[in-house]
Amino acid sequence: MLDKNGIAKRIAKEVKDGYYVNLGIGIPTLVANFVRDDISVEFQSENGVLGMGPFPYEGDEDADVINAGKQTITTLPGASFFDSATSFSMIRGQHVDLTILGAMEVAENGDIANWKIPGKMVKGMGGAMDLVSSAEHIIVAMMHTNRAGESKLLKACSLPLTGVKCVKKIVTNLAVLEVGPEGFILLERAPGVSVDEIKAATEGNLIINGEVPEMKVD
Amino acid sequence: MIRKTVSNVEEALKGVKDGMTFMLGGFGLCGIPEMAIAELVRLGIKNITCISNNAGVDDFGLGLLLQKHQIKKMISSYVGENDEFERQMLSGELEVELTPQGTLAEKCRAAQGGFPAFYTPAGYGTEVAEGKETREFNGKMYVLEEAFKADFAFVKAWKGDEAGNLIFKGTARNFNPCMCGAAKITVAEVEELLPAGSLDPNQIHVPGIFVQRIFEGKGYEKRIEQRTVRKRD
Repeated sequence: MLDKNGIAKRIAKEVKDGYYVNLGIGIPTLVANFVRDDISVEFQSENGVLGMGPFPYEGDEDADVINAGKQTITTLPGASFFDSATSFSMIRGQHVDLTILGAMEVAENGDIANWKIPGKMVKGMGGAMDLVSSAEHIIVAMMHTNRAGESKLLKACSLPLTGVKCVKKIVTNLAVLEVGPEGFILLERAPGVSVDEIKAATEGNLIINGEVPEMKVD
Repeated sequence: MIRKTVSNVEEALKGVKDGMTFMLGGFGLCGIPEMAIAELVRLGIKNITCISNNAGVDDFGLGLLLQKHQIKKMISSYVGENDEFERQMLSGELEVELTPQGTLAEKCRAAQGGFPAFYTPAGYGTEVAEGKETREFNGKMYVLEEAFKADFAFVKAWKGDEAGNLIFKGTARNFNPCMCGAAKITVAEVEELLPAGSLDPNQIHVPGIFVQRIFEGKGYEKRIEQRTVRKRD
């Protein structure tokens, strides 16, 4: 089974040379720590920066340079700043190659819910609806089950949707899955996790084609 | 040169009234019009509608207007980080229209550029699209979103000149440029106001035509919401 860093490490393998990538808050943010050094990648934050770097050294933080999580950041050589409309032109216009974000629920047809629990959590969707409706490649990073132990990979989402039929790939603590025309296709098992355990934790239709390899994280 | 300078925030906000709709720049607490917000609090005007990506925190930014119950309606994309906001929303005192962030920016830019509406894929198939016209283009579904209409836009820039030209710094740019010229009157507050000719025309982010009033603010707090750092090796 993977921890949050393990999920981020596995997703980092999906990041290709020359990609512009938007990272959501939570596990997706960790992905930046594990991208190979020998490829060129730029991270976009929707509040208006491309070419995000690591957190600043103590004392160097600048209130005018933050990411979408409102954290102080730095920029790397080649970085740029821009306004919010330009930022979403990059996203809506599919200039950003890959979006990695978290989810509360994903359905077997690719629907995603990650912004609202009616009556409980109403913080807003931020840029998530724009991102999922436009990105060509969307990877969801999440735990396979919620805190109550219930599956987050469902036949249909029960929470208000963020986007319809948009998720292509999911990396959880248990598995790597692809959303196919008939449901979740199991591509890889996390180290030490059996196909039966993944089956038990998946409510939506799980498709198993032959032997399922164990994922290579490192 | 057409001069846009006013002497202070009081003069800059002349004409604001109860029940008006305001656009306010900023992302989180980054690049917010601190002076205009403080003056709105002092004036005590009520029943206002605020178009702003976020709603500040409990004791800063738009949170200051929420504390005084001056806001009737918020149009935002993300409103976490504010307990008073949540309380007023759940009790029904405050009306909230949650809008996808890219749509929010584009509704400003459309108002600025003279477009009444535009199609976006964001929110299709979700509750955001309820009651809105949808249409298919090249096999994909889109939602028709209308441009904002606002009385005042309050924006904050780094540097400005007497002609109303603006330059922003870092990610404090965010929604500010999109809101310039998107309301009947745009009020820009800047950290440094310079004589015309001091700024290189090649480096202007927002031309002065989009700005009606400009003034220099004093004593910006520029509060950091999440101070994240790494240790020096």
